[in-house]
Amino acid sequence: MRLLGGLSQEQIVFGLALLLCLGFALALPGFLTTNNLLNLVRSVSILGILGVAMGLVVIGRGIDLSLVALMSASVAWALHLSESGMPLAQALAIGLAFSLFVGAANGWLVAYVEIPAIFATLAVGTLVYGFGRYFLFDLDVVYVADSARSLLWLGQGTLLGIPLPIFLFAAVCLAGHLFLRYARSGRYLRAVGDNILAARITGVPVRPNIVLQYVLTSLIGYVAGIVTAASVASMNTRLAISTYVYDVILVVVLGGIGLSGGKGGIRNVVVGTLLIGVLLNGMTIMDIQYTVQNVIKGVILLTAIVIDTIVNPRDEQTAQQGDI
Amino acid sequence: MKPSKTALIAAALAFAAGTAGAQEGIDDPTRAPYYESFVGKRVAYVPVAMGFDLTEGWAAGLKEALEPLGIVFEIRDPNWSTDAGAQAITSLISEKPDVIVVHNPDVQSYARLLKKAEEAGIYVVQVNMRSSYSTDVFVGADYVGMGEQIGQRLVEKCSPANGGSGKIAITQGVLTAAASIYQMQGITNVLSQHPEIELVSNQAADWDSTKAKNIAATVIQQHPDLCAIAGFWDVMDVGTAAAIKESGKDVYLLTQGGGNRMACDNLANGTYSEVVVYFVPGQARDMATMIKHLLQLKQPAGTTKTTLFTPLTFLTKDNMTPASCWDLPPKS
Repeated sequence: MRLLGGLSQEQIVFGLALLLCLGFALALPGFLTTNNLLNLVRSVSILGILGVAMGLVVIGRGIDLSLVALMSASVAWALHLSESGMPLAQALAIGLAFSLFVGAANGWLVAYVEIPAIFATLAVGTLVYGFGRYFLFDLDVVYVADSARSLLWLGQGTLLGIPLPIFLFAAVCLAGHLFLRYARSGRYLRAVGDNILAARITGVPVRPNIVLQYVLTSLIGYVAGIVTAASVASMNTRLAISTYVYDVILVVVLGGIGLSGGKGGIRNVVVGTLLIGVLLNGMTIMDIQYTVQNVIKGVILLTAIVIDTIVNPRDEQTAQQGDI
Repeated sequence: MKPSKTALIAAALAFAAGTAGAQEGIDDPTRAPYYESFVGKRVAYVPVAMGFDLTEGWAAGLKEALEPLGIVFEIRDPNWSTDAGAQAITSLISEKPDVIVVHNPDVQSYARLLKKAEEAGIYVVQVNMRSSYSTDVFVGADYVGMGEQIGQRLVEKCSPANGGSGKIAITQGVLTAAASIYQMQGITNVLSQHPEIELVSNQAADWDSTKAKNIAATVIQQHPDLCAIAGFWDVMDVGTAAAIKESGKDVYLLTQGGGNRMACDNLANGTYSEVVVYFVPGQARDMATMIKHLLQLKQPAGTTKTTLFTPLTFLTKDNMTPASCWDLPPKS
């Protein structure tokens, strides 16, 4: 294990992804083709965008369990409005406003009311889904109206032969990276996540910064929702009560963003997303049964986490703070 | 002659009295007991979840048929949670409604509860997805037969003898759902006799369109000469259709559902190639009829087992009419 001692979890997971890639490339004809690789990235680009959203808030030592519920409710509402005759742009703007408002409410609950993020967002997620189902739209699955067909380009179109969701994923990653690296509030975010008391003493406006984190998360989540809706011409609000949000957390944690906050960056999300993408794609090509796929997925994820625990043992700080 | 004359007069009088009675109308002797047998009865409906075309359509149909008769119709919505559904049925067993209409999420989960409900004297009607335990009534598609018909369609479309590549893919919903299990049985029955047809992918997408899309995209990638995809639900297969459209390939998409307007729209615009329809308003009517039947017979629950398979229609762009699909009633 000494040999691996210098490796971070991100590198381990990246190695694992490469190894899997290599294995699939040798074993499965047709895996290592441009089209399949594009398809692979496309299929996980929504997961990746959500991963960036979750990553930001986890780096700030929070978590957002309402991410997927909010995404599906706000986009479903926007689609429902456009279906009932509202111009697409206006409907989308209303959905976005709703999303940002709930994001701000999340941040307020965490920063000012001081409810632990995991409980605040869990409750808000349930609330938003229930509220949406009861007041905002009637059906489980809301379709993209014919008048809004132009939206589909975002999810189904290609640019220079590359599917558009990949560009959007890249753009969100880039924006997230630049934000964390160069924006003042991005640096504050990391400082707050690393040590909230120290950040406060040095004069960082801690509470507004936390609110900002959740607003940003809801914004990126909304983008992911639009891409989802555009790529399948509908929004399935059942996602809100599925385990999808845990897949997102998995991508984040797997990539090496510690739940104790302050660690990692967008690169970790990309690596985590790629591993999941390679796994899913390879298993679908091999036509492995769905339930067996879950077993394999679980085992590989556990392996990555176990390796990380062995190579990077808990230090004093994580021992004191706990993981979450 | 005398006695016969009296008889004639008597007969004439009786006739006059009879016609006089007929002019005022006579009461239908079955009417009173018919209406009496429904007054104050309760029917509880436990679908997998409300909020999608099938369950909303059944609820609307049952409501329309039962409420005017004075039957109380109530909905317990477990919203995709099997636990919540089991709890709803458990509490219904102690509340003792007269009928429970249940839509099973899978073949096992509710089996024992349904038996208990019948033992408690509650009639149990199952709709579309059956439990491994048979109750008073099952109304729904004959999924094994449906699978066989779909298998035949796939063979017709894709057999190399008919100019197809012979390669097909299947996207199921949840593997344990009755709709998936029985239907696979039917498809397998047919495909086992047709070795020229190759099933290149058989995956489950959890009734979710995004998963269905990713699966279809990968399969088409691997098998550019794929001939057809059979999907198990039209709502989920908008994802499959998106993948086919993006690939630019000519893949025949055979899906299925309750025949909501969305299915016809998507046939018309070429999203689906063919939809197998079990007509939801018809199923609702079948259920309502069986409930009326049970309430009038007043036999103990579980005495008889009736299965009513819903007739299937294979809809394509060419054979569909405006009446082929139905619309959800606007919410009041």
